[in-house]
Amino acid sequence: MQIIVNGTAHEVDVEDDMPLLWVLRDELGITGVKYGCGIAQCGACTVHLDGQAVRSCQVDISDVGNQEVTTIEGLGTPEALHAVQAAWIKHQVAQCGYCQSGQIMQAASMLDLNPEPTDEEIDVIMSGNLCRCGTYPRIREAIRSAAATLREA
Amino acid sequence: MGRLRTIGRRSFLIGSAAVMGGVAFGTYTVQRPHENPLLGDLKPGEAALTPFVKITGDGIILIAPHVELGQGVHSMQTLLIAEEMDLDWGQFSVEPGEPAPAYYNTALSEDILPFMPTNNSFQVETARNAAGSLVKVLGVQATGGSSATPDSYEKLRVAGAVARETLKKAASRRSGVHVHQLKTAHGAVQLPDGTEIRYTELAADAAAIKPVHLVHLRDPADWRLIGKPLERLDIVAKSTGTQDYGIDLRLDGMVHAAVKVNPRQGGGLNSYDASAAEKMRGVSKVLPVTGGIAVIADNTWRAFQAADAVDCDWGPAPYPAEMDGHWQAVAESFTPDRLDSEWRHDGDVDAALEQADVIEAEYRAPYVAHAPLEPLSALVLVTDTHADIWVSHQLPRFAEEKVAAIAGIEIENVRLHNQFGGGSFGHRLEFDNVILGTEIAVQMKHTPVKLTYSREEDFAHDYPRQIGMSRSRGAVKDGHVDTWDLAIATVSAATSQAGRLGQPVPGPDGQIVAGAWNMSYDVPNLRVTAYRVPELAPTSSWRSVGASTAGFFAEAFLDELIHAAGADPMEERLRLVNHPATRKVLEAVAEMSNWGSDLGENRGRGLAMVDSFGVPVAEVVEVTNTDAGLRIDKVFVAADVGRIIDPVNFDNQVKGAVIWGLGHAMNCEITFADGMAEQSNYHAHEAMRLYQCPEIEVRGLENAHKIRGIGEPPVPPAAPALANAIFAATGLRLREMPFNKFIDFV
Repeated sequence: MQIIVNGTAHEVDVEDDMPLLWVLRDELGITGVKYGCGIAQCGACTVHLDGQAVRSCQVDISDVGNQEVTTIEGLGTPEALHAVQAAWIKHQVAQCGYCQSGQIMQAASMLDLNPEPTDEEIDVIMSGNLCRCGTYPRIREAIRSAAATLREA
Repeated sequence: MGRLRTIGRRSFLIGSAAVMGGVAFGTYTVQRPHENPLLGDLKPGEAALTPFVKITGDGIILIAPHVELGQGVHSMQTLLIAEEMDLDWGQFSVEPGEPAPAYYNTALSEDILPFMPTNNSFQVETARNAAGSLVKVLGVQATGGSSATPDSYEKLRVAGAVARETLKKAASRRSGVHVHQLKTAHGAVQLPDGTEIRYTELAADAAAIKPVHLVHLRDPADWRLIGKPLERLDIVAKSTGTQDYGIDLRLDGMVHAAVKVNPRQGGGLNSYDASAAEKMRGVSKVLPVTGGIAVIADNTWRAFQAADAVDCDWGPAPYPAEMDGHWQAVAESFTPDRLDSEWRHDGDVDAALEQADVIEAEYRAPYVAHAPLEPLSALVLVTDTHADIWVSHQLPRFAEEKVAAIAGIEIENVRLHNQFGGGSFGHRLEFDNVILGTEIAVQMKHTPVKLTYSREEDFAHDYPRQIGMSRSRGAVKDGHVDTWDLAIATVSAATSQAGRLGQPVPGPDGQIVAGAWNMSYDVPNLRVTAYRVPELAPTSSWRSVGASTAGFFAEAFLDELIHAAGADPMEERLRLVNHPATRKVLEAVAEMSNWGSDLGENRGRGLAMVDSFGVPVAEVVEVTNTDAGLRIDKVFVAADVGRIIDPVNFDNQVKGAVIWGLGHAMNCEITFADGMAEQSNYHAHEAMRLYQCPEIEVRGLENAHKIRGIGEPPVPPAAPALANAIFAATGLRLREMPFNKFIDFV
């Protein structure tokens, strides 16, 4: 079957029920998307399907169809950062960094749908993404900062 | 890197050497002959240094010998070198230290001897140094114990200064200008006439001369980097998905492996049926490994699925199958034959208690998992003569020894490539992934094998924090705390860990009472006693180790005594505190939290202070008791590490440690049923999520005598400060973690 990831079409020959996460990581070698729990408890595997944040460990590859898959690599690059990534750098969010691809993808999707989230909305929407290092205070700051940047743009 | 390693082990005897057409600088001159000879270290045999600074014609490479697990150690270590070398931030690349004895950790031994961390007398410093020499001889290149900063602070600045002065000497010889007229800046030597010679242009010259041994370190007033807010070196990679972790690595021809090992930790495998698994798509074979099986497949997910499909008949657990048996073993350990240490006895506790109304309480702390977000992995390639392993590990030398023993290969031909870790919290001190990955690779020589743990397998074999209890008896007099007999019984995580290393642990395990026996309080009658519980389920160091349990036992019961005395928790601690820098930490949180002000209805604040790893940390937690449950509103933290190297990372580490301490106290425990951990994933061992995260205000103080690390010390006060806040808001005294067994959190 064919899937479109970060604007590029890929042919993959896998079982229908293989999770998108493992197709990305092991079949296509796109490793910015992380495996943390496999049961939608940690959010490290968050990617966008047609712009909406989803847990790629819960998406069967056969259900992706023509939807555009965007991973952290497709959101922005070190040379051309997305506003959320720029805010993550400015606020020095990452410690180990392993959850941050998922945090950033979740935050970018949230701000796309809701450019002015309240503190409570940020708390609710970001609480599906676990951070074992405890970067939550900086995640909040970076999201507020990115929201302001995106509104001005 | 192969060449660098060879130099490190065999030929790097003089402090600098040619490396790939360049020059490498070590820390030979750390000898500092003008100082106390007991403190000066290097004997001839120990001077086989591995370099910290490598300059080639192309660039400058700084070596960060500790493993980067999120604590920011690569930035911290290289900034110390760069400060002295007059390098601009980012004007160099970073390479991890290869496993080598030269990268011994001199600070790890600081707290293994029974001296108060606040005691810096000559005798104590001398004894600490003896212990440090032992660690050095063992060649422990360890990351842990909040030791990276004290280990690096002087050593790496000296390495940078040696490099700078040697480069100046090389420039002097080339230019004919006297070395005193030369300056350095931005990675170049500057001549009086304004011309510059880049360090990279001087590499070959510097390699040909003897390094300068006598160097002066920069005056702190001149520091450009130390103490200034910097952008951590890995921040862009970690914000763009371009940072590779151990789990992300690929090699040509690599196969994927998953393991299924007896979840009754240490139990055997009676038999297994892999017939269904072997027929599954992508599965090439199912192999036996210690205590279980491994599946080899062409994809991680297929390996996981097939491992699930193997039917295993497990042997029994070598410890009690149910929690009742664990708690009973702990409760029965408060006996003279289990006495481990009695390092603190001020006044006469027995006499004082005989004449008083005794206040008693028992506290409990459960097993808790480390569960870093990146599951364990190991990529291993074994040939007939060599073995390579790519893994994130806190004890790389020991890991290499494990590989060598299993593969039957000389350790000189084993190479560990230390990787960025997606968190650790002590988890990457263990060897299961190293051992099992090598066992598989030995059965598949010449094929690179990447073993990835499923989250469930990782939880089942986490080696949790020590389980323990305390029994306190105390008394008050004239409105003050007067007497306190604190007895703590836990299993010894150090003994459990050392057993897996094949190392003995002589003497008492100071971690059982860490953070308690050394409390900086002058209670007139105070005794702190440790009892060692016989080994139960295997345990391991968990962020802040013993102080995470002993600190809770001590500071929560102290709150009970203060309450019984009718005193104020802050005022009474300030009255009892006996160490100037520690007093300032208390005073700081009092001021920050506006202690004593009215919080209003259904609200409360709790205070705790614990000194662990030589760092006094005081925390005030504010909570509100709402209709929906308890909400943690705000935390104020003050900590004294002597000198803050990087204020941004300091702030991040403190906040992370507070969240770690609070989150696990709220809702985490590992319990065993039928010998197996009942918690298999984050839904059952959640810790803190973002919506529960309080605002955290941090203040770093620099009054302490010695420089210390901050990764762990803010953990221990968090749980007791929360318990004390809950009491203040609700009247409910919580004496057992996790607290959600007794109270709902919003």
